[in-house]
Amino acid sequence: MNRTGRRLTSIISGPYTHERTSVNRTMLLVMIALLPATAYGIYIFGLPALFVFILTIASCIISEAACLALAGKPIRPYLMDGSAVLTGWLLAMTLPPWSPWWIAVIGAMLAIVVGKQVFGGIGQNLFNPAMVARVALLIAFPLEMTQWLQPQPLFSASTPGFIDALHITFGTGWAPAYDALSSATMLGYVKTELGRGMALHEVLAHNYDVLGLATGSVAGSLGETSALLIVTGGLFLLYKRIISWHIPASMLITLALLASAFNLANSERYPDAVFHLMSGATMLGAFFIATDLVTSPVTYKGQLVFGVGCGALVFIIRSWSSFPEGVAFAVMLMNALTPLIDHYMKPRIYGRNRKGEPIQYADDME
Amino acid sequence: MSNVATRLFRIRGGVHPNENKQATAGSCIVDMPLPELLYIPLQQHIGAPAEPVVQRGMKVLKGQLLANSQGVISAPVHAPTSGIIRSIGKYPAPHPSGLPVLTVTLQADGEDRWIDLPAEQTSALNLDPEDIASRVAAAGIVGMGGATFPSAVKLNLRNRYKLHTLVINAAECEPYLTCDDQLMREQPEDIIEGVRLMMHAMQVSQAIIAIEANKPEALTVMRQAAQQFDSISVVTVPVRYPMGSEKHLVQTLTGKETPARALTADIGIVVHNVATANAVYQAIRHGKPLISRIVTISGGAIGKPANVRTLIGTPIARLIEFCGGFTGDPAFIIGGGPMMGQPLPQTGVPIVKGSSGILALTEAELARKTTMPCIRCGSCVKVCPCGLLPLEMASRARAGDLDGAVDFGLMDCIACGSCAYVCPSHIPLIQYFSYAKGALTEKQRMTHKQEEIRRLAEARKQRMDQLAREKRAALAKRKADMAAAKARENNADAAKQSRAGA
Repeated sequence: MNRTGRRLTSIISGPYTHERTSVNRTMLLVMIALLPATAYGIYIFGLPALFVFILTIASCIISEAACLALAGKPIRPYLMDGSAVLTGWLLAMTLPPWSPWWIAVIGAMLAIVVGKQVFGGIGQNLFNPAMVARVALLIAFPLEMTQWLQPQPLFSASTPGFIDALHITFGTGWAPAYDALSSATMLGYVKTELGRGMALHEVLAHNYDVLGLATGSVAGSLGETSALLIVTGGLFLLYKRIISWHIPASMLITLALLASAFNLANSERYPDAVFHLMSGATMLGAFFIATDLVTSPVTYKGQLVFGVGCGALVFIIRSWSSFPEGVAFAVMLMNALTPLIDHYMKPRIYGRNRKGEPIQYADDME
Repeated sequence: MSNVATRLFRIRGGVHPNENKQATAGSCIVDMPLPELLYIPLQQHIGAPAEPVVQRGMKVLKGQLLANSQGVISAPVHAPTSGIIRSIGKYPAPHPSGLPVLTVTLQADGEDRWIDLPAEQTSALNLDPEDIASRVAAAGIVGMGGATFPSAVKLNLRNRYKLHTLVINAAECEPYLTCDDQLMREQPEDIIEGVRLMMHAMQVSQAIIAIEANKPEALTVMRQAAQQFDSISVVTVPVRYPMGSEKHLVQTLTGKETPARALTADIGIVVHNVATANAVYQAIRHGKPLISRIVTISGGAIGKPANVRTLIGTPIARLIEFCGGFTGDPAFIIGGGPMMGQPLPQTGVPIVKGSSGILALTEAELARKTTMPCIRCGSCVKVCPCGLLPLEMASRARAGDLDGAVDFGLMDCIACGSCAYVCPSHIPLIQYFSYAKGALTEKQRMTHKQEEIRRLAEARKQRMDQLAREKRAALAKRKADMAAAKARENNADAAKQSRAGA
């Protein structure tokens, strides 16, 4: 054989060129997109938020490594894919900014172990791991998971110092001194007041500040408050083609249409579309949670169905359930439907009709 | 019928790989000097291998028949230069397996002397269409885009289908390759003449030459050459891989999808490669068989990339030397383009009729990464030009569920590689599909075999039963005959006795 030429490397199939894509790159771009909203969240909620953020991600990495070791999988390549970091990052963004350390740790373990690794690791999970953790925490620890506070920006007089921040995150929780800072989220506040029989215009009269909701200088989860910065990150992902417009657009439009319709019908009971779009986890959910590649449908048409479902469920849960916020539940319910959507929304195969039979042309062709 | 395609239609999916055509685009075709030894495989086409008509030690002239076609789908092979037949035996094929095929080894005598060529045929359009097709068959012309299907068979499709259009595939959508581009720039009139001959052979009234928009020079000269013929239009098609897939090219031009498992001829269209049109011109006008072609030699590990006109049978090692040798360390040497081409087992293998390119690619150009699990991003679904679900097909194939893979469209896959090209997890999807297709064929063969065995066993049983029945019947008949004879005898005896007694 060598007589006729040099022997080359072992044979694998083509193509022998590849787009500059990889799982790490995808995860890295999502993290870059999350950076502005995260940085802003840490800025307005101070050092305890930074601690929660770091702790959640670190716990996710450790949980992932432990699971991989148990499963006998190679640890390095899987840890380096960035998916555990991203899961931790997304989870941290949905936590109350001054959560105690164990919320972060338990949440991270729930996300990685229950949400992801028991299904078989990356790509195999049915539900968005961060949302699995968030929902489980909310049900198990309703008090800690709804402890919100007014923004206390870094470098302002009211922000806790390093030692105080350590106490808040790693100590026994909130010192009584900080009780004055606590505040409900806009969604929570409206739900409570409406529940007490108040009319919406009275409820919103004092506290409603659209600009605050847009920029994010309001009480809320660590990284969810600034609708504008999250949308900026989402647009970046659209530009980089990591996500497509189908899920965010269909989800936001459905939510807006439902909100507007009910608001028109009864404006004292149902807040308008702007309120729904700007508050809570709507934007984070639409651009970062529902668009999770693993747990959303693979076809554009399927993604539209998925988005519409998410939007409708968010509105239903917010309006008629006992929870003020419904993004996590809505996305998880639609995650459960994803295999079904994928089954029914297959693309039509070239040269075949929808039923899979070869196309037939009428005989009277030119 | 309009002679200009006024609008184009969108195809589904597709990708835009780095073209990497700049290394060879626009540089003149150079002639490869005569190599000392030529290895001419007798199977350079789809179908039955050709049967040698020469013997070892024979002296042959350039263009002389070396091996004759066998059967309906086959193609003859001719001597690329004059010289002596050194051997007829097994030699590694330019195929990933490197398995040996029957090959004629020809030692060039350096005279490069032609057989007696016929006088130039200037009125070929007066020939019978059948005659053109048979001359094309005799010249050993096969699809030169890489598919290597015998061209004459396609010209004769007019007998079975109602054809109306000839499409000339000059999309050249594979990265790196510029051999068709350069051929069009240098020999537009020859190509147009070839197209007219093919139209005549197929008895169609129009031809569309489809060229991707990234070849403006070729478009200009081809338009000029085609200007005087109303029936030939030159159409700019968008740059998108796999535009050169014939069914997708036809869809782009006409908006019509070819029905699954059918030919484009079913919708009245036959597609030929542009280099094939040139070969047809050479064969009909000058009587020259297909013995050379233009090959793009390129890739990051090639010293001086070029388009080379070379004889069929030239070892690729000679071509690579001619193009400045290796500059870097090639990770792979590919025959064809990087999307659908195949790795060559070694550089000793020869150029064949379907070799459009020889690429020596460096590790950096391959952009290989470790395979990770599928993250269901759906990129493969979005780029698939056939509307398949590559991720599902691959997971089924991996689990050995072949029927499941077929349900998701395995048999409709054209193996264009778009899915594997975009996969962020770097999953070798095409490898899974090739495996599954192979396993499926094997399974079908087994099923067929089992059914045959059952059928034969059944038939044998029936035959045996029949024999047994016949035997029984014969036995019974003999018994009855004997009984009857005996009865007759008894009767006769009785009669005799009674007569005697009377």
